[in-house]
Amino acid sequence: MTATAVPLEHALVIAAVLFALGLTGVIVRRNALFMLMSLEIMMNAAAFAFVIAGARWAEPDGQIMYMLVLTLAAAEVAVGLGLVLQLERLHTTVDVDVTHDMAG
Amino acid sequence: METVLFYIAALVALASTTLVITRLNATHALVYLIVSLLAMAVMFALLGAPFAAALQVVIYAGAIIVLFVFVVMMLNLGRRTVERERTWLSPRLWFGPGVLAAILFAEMLWVIVATEGTTAGVAVGPAAVGRALYGPYLIVVELAAILLLAAMVGAFHLGRRYTRVRREGASS
Repeated sequence: MTATAVPLEHALVIAAVLFALGLTGVIVRRNALFMLMSLEIMMNAAAFAFVIAGARWAEPDGQIMYMLVLTLAAAEVAVGLGLVLQLERLHTTVDVDVTHDMAG
Repeated sequence: METVLFYIAALVALASTTLVITRLNATHALVYLIVSLLAMAVMFALLGAPFAAALQVVIYAGAIIVLFVFVVMMLNLGRRTVERERTWLSPRLWFGPGVLAAILFAEMLWVIVATEGTTAGVAVGPAAVGRALYGPYLIVVELAAILLLAAMVGAFHLGRRYTRVRREGASS
């Protein structure tokens, strides 16, 4: 099976822009659900950078690190969505600003 | 030809990701997030990582998005939430930090562009990934298993419905 040879810097720039978009989402949005989605984008962009690096030297290591990031993202989203549900139950909103006091 | 496909997929990914972080309705954002993840799967396949592309479709665009959809249904976000999101996203709040962060981002892009070389253009198939995964990377598999177990216990604990009762008891 053949694969395309893309300039390394172009692929890395795409990954960096995607990561920056996710970071923008985390900073700009105050809805916990949107923040979790943006975190997913950031993790996926980081995993993309691993895959690019693996494709640079045609080694499987990049894809293995991608799988580890995937596992991490799955674990993070499970716990994060549990936290969102508790936030909604306690404060009847998903605005992260209501948790500013961190009491109890 | 395939290089053109890569750039088209990249444009789709960038556009849909931009739409994800600017939507007011959570469900619309989720649909754009699916498109973004699928576009990245296309890029993985074109870079010669078919196994990663398959995992991207099955786990990210499948399982993780389904979790989000379930939570959106349970939260029952309505029109009121959309109105509030609109007031939160006023440009004067993020313009200043955005400009300063854009300067740093431009510097980072400059550093990346200064690197040389192309991707190998050789596909690394699932067999090679599997041999490496269960050979030198076996400890990573075990760590991932422990991580998933911990996440399952944590999600189960956080998903239980007892916190409000305890809080009301403590406040009275």
